[in-house]
Amino acid sequence: MEAILTKPQATQLKVSGAEAVIRSLIAENARLIFGYPGGAIMPVYDALYHFQEDVRHVLTRHEQGAIHAAQGYARVTGEVGVVMATSGPGATNLITGIADAMIDSTPLVCITGQVGSHLLGTDAFQETDIISISMPVTKWNHQVTKAEDLPAALAKAFYIARSGRPGPVLIDITKDAQFAEFDFEYKKCQQVRSYKPVPKVAIDQVSKAAELINEAQRPLILFGQGVILGNAEEEFRALVEKTGIPSASTLLGLSALASEHPLNVGMLGMHGNYGPNKLTNECDVLIAIGMRFDDRVTGNLDNYAKQAKVIHFDIDPSEINKNVEVDVAVIGDCKESLNELAKLVNLNSHPNWLDKFRQHDAIEKETVISNELNPSEGDIKMGEVIEQINQITDGDAVLVTDVGQHQMIACRYMKFNKSKSNITSGGLGTMGFCLPAALGAKLGAPKREVVAVIGDGGFQMTIQELGTIFQTQAAVKVVVLNNSFLGMVRQWQQLFFDKRYSSTELINPDFIAIAKGYGIAAKSIDDRGDLQQAIHDMLAFEGSYLLEVKVGKEDNVFPMVPTGASVSDIRLS
Amino acid sequence: MKQNFTISIFTENSIGLLSRITSVITKRHLNIESLNTSESGIDGIHRFTIVVEAEEPLVVKLVKQIEKQVEVIQAIYHQDEETVFQEIALYKVSTEKASEDNLVEKLIRDNNARILSMEQDFMIIEKTGHKEETQELLEFLRPYGLIEFVRSGRVSVMKPNNELYNEY
Ligand SMILES: Cc1ncc(C[n+]2csc(CCOP(=O)(O)OP(=O)(O)O)c2C)c(N)n1
Repeated sequence: MEAILTKPQATQLKVSGAEAVIRSLIAENARLIFGYPGGAIMPVYDALYHFQEDVRHVLTRHEQGAIHAAQGYARVTGEVGVVMATSGPGATNLITGIADAMIDSTPLVCITGQVGSHLLGTDAFQETDIISISMPVTKWNHQVTKAEDLPAALAKAFYIARSGRPGPVLIDITKDAQFAEFDFEYKKCQQVRSYKPVPKVAIDQVSKAAELINEAQRPLILFGQGVILGNAEEEFRALVEKTGIPSASTLLGLSALASEHPLNVGMLGMHGNYGPNKLTNECDVLIAIGMRFDDRVTGNLDNYAKQAKVIHFDIDPSEINKNVEVDVAVIGDCKESLNELAKLVNLNSHPNWLDKFRQHDAIEKETVISNELNPSEGDIKMGEVIEQINQITDGDAVLVTDVGQHQMIACRYMKFNKSKSNITSGGLGTMGFCLPAALGAKLGAPKREVVAVIGDGGFQMTIQELGTIFQTQAAVKVVVLNNSFLGMVRQWQQLFFDKRYSSTELINPDFIAIAKGYGIAAKSIDDRGDLQQAIHDMLAFEGSYLLEVKVGKEDNVFPMVPTGASVSDIRLS
Repeated sequence: MKQNFTISIFTENSIGLLSRITSVITKRHLNIESLNTSESGIDGIHRFTIVVEAEEPLVVKLVKQIEKQVEVIQAIYHQDEETVFQEIALYKVSTEKASEDNLVEKLIRDNNARILSMEQDFMIIEKTGHKEETQELLEFLRPYGLIEFVRSGRVSVMKPNNELYNEY
């Protein structure tokens, strides 16, 4: 029990439940938290007041903003994000973020206030059954009605959130438990009897995997966020380099391997790259590492890699055979299993096979990429905005995106050198995620350049968090790619609903005036000639900055695997 | 092929776990055929017995997703042949109608049922067995003024040894 420095040793101390919450946070080294106060959590906020030097609380403008900020913080640091909210509406406003964190395996501890325990079940003011509501979207949740149960509950919460496959945990604390006093003592949780977060790696499975890999003529690696969550980037790179296997990333796996790595063959999925999608159906051994065969990655499962032997590395046994039947499953921590695997595989290279990816790249470049990154006429394209950012950040920035066309374009074209540099809402596709997540990322990694790329639709879902950026003076760079449409939906309407643009056109406000109202420097451009300078000015600016780029209203994202189609039927136009 | 599977789940005894477990099943739009919760015989470990009708590959997935829940210690599934299982059914019938005809008494005897309670207006018959058996008796009794019927969830003991009972 280190870390409780500035206040007297807590062991012999009578403290309130509320103070115990703060002392528990300190014991877990959670020094930066996000939240929004209200009646049922006021005792905790009062305790926080006395610990301002130990725990920094960022007041957002909405609980959804608070939880997305905590997610951004967690994703950039690899630490547990903490968010606090009051009962009732405060708690329910967290739900979207909790669901997002659940499906994207983000470690969070959510602390909600609850009405007094004598009022539970009486429809008291701001009572909601947040335990039941959050049950299907939390890794674990628990209601505390007695102050003395708080340290153990919080210790368990942190342990569960961060161990194994990470996820969100919610602790609901009745108001009486916050007031009551008890002898505080904190012990970190090391294990829970019913919970086996890290299954032991079965070495015989690793050998089977190695055999398949050593015999493969056309192996393909698909890597996901598991590599990042498992801190296994080095082990992964070593494996890729030793085996010479072309490696493709899921949306959330981006930045686990440098974009420019010669064996990185790009992104999978609906709007991923041409080569890895097409060649998934030509490889002979498919090696999935820390990814979960999401339907946006696999397209139609009936025509997915049927010719290949499939090897799946995952820490979560329930992912094995969930969507794709595998031949070899290596369950456990991929840091360990990849390390073992690297010992058993042969030094190899696959020049002809790799060349196939290059050929597909050339086709994609010619038909799609060139015009996206270096167009000579017409409206500004989303891709060239990202390309200009690359020119300056050179792969070192953290990219935070929202959901839609801009997300796909930004993730396709952004360069990454470092792990934990791509923060986006993958599994849930939550519009409104970006702005608060970028704030959380910037506060979590203040030395890194954090660039938020947002659509004009999603920007307005959590636009109020400009207020938090203003108040914290976090130097987030916000690029709004304004196409005056809910672009991705409009694209589908164009392609699959005969251009019936039902409720997708946006009449937008003056974003610059809004930013200025929040004291944030801002500029709007719509001319290609101003783009390079504008990006330069934004990135050179010391504080937060909003750059609105008016882009083509009806531009589309390609390539595209239409829903229900096979990955090899990926369309280039 | 769809068939009955019994899923046995051993858990910590914690509030709310029931809905966590059932939501794994119901979110796939699958009906729970029967559900029973009780102690397990191991101190502090609770036991759920859930019957679903589904195809085996799906049941495998469900079981893994249930076992993944933090407070679940073990989840396993079995086909009917691998378990010994029973359900209990109670039938409330009108005493007057049932006594009109001593067929009811014979029914009770032939079906290995018994009379739990005999009141002036009604009697309660109990039968344990498989669903088809309790259902059969239900159909028999209907004409004799059936007032109320209830059947419990399945309780089931697996024939293979469960190592959990050695561990704890
Ligand atoms: C909360 C939420 N509501 C609805 C959607 C469905 N949706 C997906 S993309 C999209 C359009 C996004 O438009 P915009 O933010 O302007 O980005 P663009 O696609 O134009 O880049 C919508 C409505 C969603 N993903 N999230």
